[in-house]
Amino acid sequence: MNIVILGCGRVGSTFARLMYHDSHTVTVVDIQSESFRRLGIRFKGNRIIGNGIDEDVLKRAGVENADVFFAATQGDNRNIMAAQIAQHIFKVPKVIARIYDPIRADRYRQLGIITLCTTTIASGLLRDYVTTNEWGLAKDYSQEYLEQNV
Amino acid sequence: MYIIIVGGGNIGYFLAKQLCAARHEVLLLEKDRARYRILAEELGEVVMQGDGCQADQQLEAGFGRADSVVAATGSDDDNLVVCQMAKMEFNVPRTISRVNDPRNEKLFHKLGIDATVSSTKIIYNLIEQEVGGGEMIPLAALNRGNIEIVEIEIGTKSPVLNKEIRELNLPEEALIISIIRDDHAVLPSGETMLMLHDSVIALVNADREPELRNVFA
Repeated sequence: MNIVILGCGRVGSTFARLMYHDSHTVTVVDIQSESFRRLGIRFKGNRIIGNGIDEDVLKRAGVENADVFFAATQGDNRNIMAAQIAQHIFKVPKVIARIYDPIRADRYRQLGIITLCTTTIASGLLRDYVTTNEWGLAKDYSQEYLEQNV
Repeated sequence: MYIIIVGGGNIGYFLAKQLCAARHEVLLLEKDRARYRILAEELGEVVMQGDGCQADQQLEAGFGRADSVVAATGSDDDNLVVCQMAKMEFNVPRTISRVNDPRNEKLFHKLGIDATVSSTKIIYNLIEQEVGGGEMIPLAALNRGNIEIVEIEIGTKSPVLNKEIRELNLPEEALIISIIRDDHAVLPSGETMLMLHDSVIALVNADREPELRNVFA
């Protein structure tokens, strides 16, 4: 598969290494070249320096032929905007965005973006471990959050 | 009308002031606490500290009864999400976004934003109007400043656009010596036609410069 990853933080770089190790074609985009250090020396995928909400940068990263686009920068809104560009302009079949805010994660999920809300996932897993001494399955705890809080 | 402005930079601040003066009900939402305090000192309770992208704070700010929401921050991604959340959560009738990168205007319309304003594009258009009107740029002075080499760019509104050089009513002591077109220098003849974005290089007696300017303006 062709995979384009936006944001070379801990999650972006780890996912990139995993997919590269499984012999997929991986391109990582980050605004800072230092971030690419997290990829390690064994990663031989593509590295693109640039702003992930710039269509020209995404084009350079090969998003037109991507099967998967994953936005994992530090900014929820940046991830949301980049994901929508990938979805609506470049018609990438599988678009995933990491979103910390559970509400935004829910609303944009309804717009067809696969949203990964690490806030609800991590706190849900933790709750299950603390109360039952067992790690639950890494299912998405977002629905539970919404029922309790909104 | 109840108008909510998100982002208390220069644009948000002046917009809030003007809309208040026009007797609209206005709320200016600013995320940064330090900036909020400065704004609140002058604008009072018109300003609220909060994140305009977050649904709970949008609720508190009264997005539910807003007639318009204006996203005026310096980040296009924040502006996009402010407007989209306002639509999805509160069905705000009119969302207006400032667009910092003019290329995003089309995208924002596609993603459901009602109106966009690109200050970059407005300023560019204003400058182009000035420059496109035949502004002459002096390149060099010869003979102790008596004769000048000038450059004139042909803009969309130039009166000499698509005219042959022999049709121009050039003043005496003015000579078109070259035309730069697509980065190539052309040695012109009377039949050479002036095209959009051409740079005309001319020699002119300094006293005749205003007349030459008039031909191209």
